[in-house]
Amino acid sequence: MSKESDLTKLPHKILEEAQKAGLETREKNRSATFFHLNQETVAASVNELYEGKLELMDIKAALKKYSWLEDYMWKLVKKDKDEYTKKVAEDYSGGYFMRIMPDAEISFPLQSCLMITQKNLEQRVHNIIIAEENSKAHIITSCVQHSSVPNASHLGISEIYVKKGAMLNFTMIHQWSEKTLVRPRSGAQVDDKATFVSNYVCMRPVRDVQMYPFANCVGEDSRVSFNSILYGHKGSLLDIGSKAVLTGKGSKAEMVSRAITREGSKMIIRGMIEGDNSDCKGHMECRGLIMDNDSFIQSIPELIATKKGVEITHEAAVGKISEKEITYLMTRKLSREQAISLIIRGFMDVSILGLPEALNKEIKAIVNSSAGAE
Amino acid sequence: MDILEVKDLSVKVEGKLILKNLHFNLKEKASHILFGPNGSGKTTLISTIMGFPGYEVVSGKILFRGVDITNKTVDERAKLGIIVSFQNPPEITGVKLGDLLKLCLGKAASDEFSAVELKQIEAFRLTEFLNRDVNLGFSGGERKRSEILQSIFLKPTLLLLDEPDSGVDVESLKMITTEIQNYVASTGSSALIITHKGDILEYIKASYGCILLNGQFHCYKDPMRIYEDIKRLGYEECVACRVRTSEGWKNEQRK
Repeated sequence: MSKESDLTKLPHKILEEAQKAGLETREKNRSATFFHLNQETVAASVNELYEGKLELMDIKAALKKYSWLEDYMWKLVKKDKDEYTKKVAEDYSGGYFMRIMPDAEISFPLQSCLMITQKNLEQRVHNIIIAEENSKAHIITSCVQHSSVPNASHLGISEIYVKKGAMLNFTMIHQWSEKTLVRPRSGAQVDDKATFVSNYVCMRPVRDVQMYPFANCVGEDSRVSFNSILYGHKGSLLDIGSKAVLTGKGSKAEMVSRAITREGSKMIIRGMIEGDNSDCKGHMECRGLIMDNDSFIQSIPELIATKKGVEITHEAAVGKISEKEITYLMTRKLSREQAISLIIRGFMDVSILGLPEALNKEIKAIVNSSAGAE
Repeated sequence: MDILEVKDLSVKVEGKLILKNLHFNLKEKASHILFGPNGSGKTTLISTIMGFPGYEVVSGKILFRGVDITNKTVDERAKLGIIVSFQNPPEITGVKLGDLLKLCLGKAASDEFSAVELKQIEAFRLTEFLNRDVNLGFSGGERKRSEILQSIFLKPTLLLLDEPDSGVDVESLKMITTEIQNYVASTGSSALIITHKGDILEYIKASYGCILLNGQFHCYKDPMRIYEDIKRLGYEECVACRVRTSEGWKNEQRK
């Protein structure tokens, strides 16, 4: 693993595009950086302050280095789950291996960027994250298709292990294009007293995303949160779900989605919480705004209990922006357009993602730059 | 000089005529306390002055400082200086009270509050709420304090308050009404304040007591006496008695 990042060797236009999706190109506020361009890992480095506390390398390099890593591959996501997992199982170009060492607290986020700049490329990656016992880290990963590139697709497998007492906050930002087909397949396992937060932010128009990541809370007092901020516009098709299975005693799941659909976009928000322990709790909240008559939004919550004592609740609301809220803000001297814009930006409130302050500010800027431009 | 002139105003809400040929003026640099039984149209009147959707002016005009505002939008009226404080303000998810207060002050979200503004926020006991979503999980009193502070930050020339005293504890009531009085007195603004109780008269030096009854607006001097008479005689008799003795609004204001 090189200590020097190779980001500086990348063309300016590529870095600029990655920056818009949250990549910190100067890397000073990041603990580690990974960059996979088309079918090649072009950067994988750890900030020297964090050496020994975490590892970051291409998954293929990691498999060579650690024979035990095979045990983590295809354990949470099945190879034959669907046509996309089968394709990645056949052949893939790389992906990241991130490992946060036991008891390590990583104050700056680890970052990764998966980018497509090649026409008609089918990018296939396989990622593994291991948060070792009692570690604490934030990961921000951006997936970008360069705006000048027509058709492409991204198939990504991610398997995430959050071990005993660990806390992992994983934020994925999608900045695809109107021509991208996106099929991420992710699974996580959350052990005793461990917390996994999985955030998904999609602000740019995209042709078609379908994903349904899941987390198994197998550990006692394990926690999982799935949060998503989705802005579907210009004919985007977003079918986004998340699933939590609560088998551990005292395990908890929470899901929060905020979705806006406009300009002929179609959005399906799914959520499933399955309580398999008589002492477990779950809550799901989905709120959707529809801005015009050409768009579509559907919320599909599923609550499953297999044991007495399971407590799972949900609340969902889809519809237009409240006129009372608009009028209220107009009494504060905002024009109707300014009021709507403020409500939309507020609706996509990044504070639901539970990020540290600096990262929260960065993500907020990304969300506001897309939503505020209306 | 009159700050607001309402001329033969008739207003429909959901097809039903609520205000009929209402005719009155509000004085400049004066606070007016508006009494009236439930359902008499007090909130409709304030909502119409503010230009809220759903309040259809079927006839008449509203002039603010001589400018016809009958067809102006809510934000245009606010920018002219008419500011309302809501009785039941909506919750706005993700919009922080701190950011809204900055908007009211004409600041950008990235600007900081001045020391004076922070002191005022502290006086309204809202410091802890700056990072909270507007009205989300606020108690009745907290909402009221937030509404009044926003209104003052907006620097109105005509302040419309819909029951600023409802659901507020004694201590908060004193603070809120004292702040309103200080603002109105120091800036020479006018206020129209709906209430059912006379407690606020202890702190707000109002010039006029008005009664909205059966679609008619009556306005008299000495609001405390009006309140006492309403308590003693009821709205109808309080007005009827004054009509009989010609101690009325029309006589006072149209001399």
